Amino acid sequence: MKKIEAIIRPEKLEDVKRALEEMGCVGMTVSEVKGRGAQGGIERQWRGRTYKVDLLPKIKISLIIKEKNAKKVIDTIVESAKTGDIGDGKIFVYPVESVIRVRTGEVDYDAI
Amino acid sequence: MMVEISFIDTVWVLVAGVLVFSMQLGFAAIEAGFTRAKSTMSIWMKNMSDMIIGSIFFMVIGFTIAFSGSGPFIGDLGHFLLKDVGLEAWDGLAIPGILFFFFQMMFAATAATIVSGAVAERIKYIAYFIISIVIIVLTYPVIVHWVWGGGWLAERGFVDFAGSTVVHSVGAWSALAAVIVLGPRIGKYTKEGVPKAIPGHNIALAGIGLFVLWFGWFGFNPGSELAADSAIAMIATTTNLAAAAGGLGAIIVTWLKLKKPDVGMTMNGILAGLVAITAPCAAVTPISSVIIGFIAGIIVVFSVYMFEGKLKIDDPVGAISVHGMCGVWGTLAVGLFATEGGLLTTGAVDLLVTQIIGVVATFAFVFTLMLVVCKIIDIAIGMRVPEAVEISGLDTAEFGGDAYPDFVRT
Repeated sequence: MKKIEAIIRPEKLEDVKRALEEMGCVGMTVSEVKGRGAQGGIERQWRGRTYKVDLLPKIKISLIIKEKNAKKVIDTIVESAKTGDIGDGKIFVYPVESVIRVRTGEVDYDAI
Repeated sequence: MMVEISFIDTVWVLVAGVLVFSMQLGFAAIEAGFTRAKSTMSIWMKNMSDMIIGSIFFMVIGFTIAFSGSGPFIGDLGHFLLKDVGLEAWDGLAIPGILFFFFQMMFAATAATIVSGAVAERIKYIAYFIISIVIIVLTYPVIVHWVWGGGWLAERGFVDFAGSTVVHSVGAWSALAAVIVLGPRIGKYTKEGVPKAIPGHNIALAGIGLFVLWFGWFGFNPGSELAADSAIAMIATTTNLAAAAGGLGAIIVTWLKLKKPDVGMTMNGILAGLVAITAPCAAVTPISSVIIGFIAGIIVVFSVYMFEGKLKIDDPVGAISVHGMCGVWGTLAVGLFATEGGLLTTGAVDLLVTQIIGVVATFAFVFTLMLVVCKIIDIAIGMRVPEAVEISGLDTAEFGGDAYPDFVRT
């Protein structure tokens, strides 16, 4: 099992969600986060002066999937979240030891 | 001799006075929007306070200092506590004396409220309260007496129709003195002295304030005719054109300078145009009003950079640039563009010289007096809140609250 953690543009959430749903990947956890990449933020303008916003609002999607689906899910996210401009985000992939469904006590593949 | 009251004049001046009152909302909203969320209650409290002080103290003594007697420099106590100010026609007008007071009281409160934005986010409430009282009982009425109360500038032929100098510069030079004594907000400058932007918390609230001010100005300028004659139509038109041209000037300058037109500075540009046309609004043509407003919109942008960058004066809303520098420009513009006596229109120099004298004298009196007043306040009780209070925000420390208790503060 793998955990996919994707940091994406807030405005891309709907696209990514729909694309994942279309490939049968429905369950996910979404958080509003702030962060920055190598550029260290962006410039803004206020009454004639520029200032740096160094932490930008982003969306983090976490989902747990079967290993064999990992490539397909990652490709789907990359395709649906991409604009080609700086700030499109990153995807992290982690191994998952165990998953337990709270309601039934089912574990691992049965619980995904 | 008793003059007959004109009811149409009375209704018009009353309505215009109420329009001037609405500018209090405009000032409060634009100042609150241009500053941080942690200072919002403090901004509104100061704006309510100067209206409260402006109403009561101008009734008690400000009005008589401004409009009683024929002394060249200061009025006497003939109208102390509104003595002999009632339903009879005011000298030379066809409106009741008490309405003349009502209209002038709204102007006094406007002059006082200009200070609140410049000193925002760091002044002690009690210090602001005292400054407001001094402006209402002394600083403002003395200048009014010079120009509108038959004083020495009126004798010289100085023209300031609705108060580019009398109202706006008086407020701005008082603000300048207060800001110099206060110093900049924590975090406004880097260690090297480079100014940093401190973004305001709500540009939409500021925008509401801007349009309410623009709206109120249609009472401020045309109402200063103090009669419902045909001139008010021309005055309303020059006022509106200058506002629009001021906004256009700021859009063009910031677009060229910053690659993007600046929204907050456009608001300042519109106000700059309004302040500048306040003195010449009844004396110039519509075309001149566009030129006057446009130049004001350019002046205000460079003035903000100058005060913030070169002079290290932290004025969070640009009040000193808008009301001070553009108040001066508007007053001088009378001497340049007036259809009677303007240098560019008739070649006459006298009026321009008189306008310069008025501008310089007003600055010297207001700035010196208010610098002394602010220094005394600073020594006696302190002008500025302690550092910890400023960082956590005036709202919590001085007023025990939070403007947006459900929001996370930054």
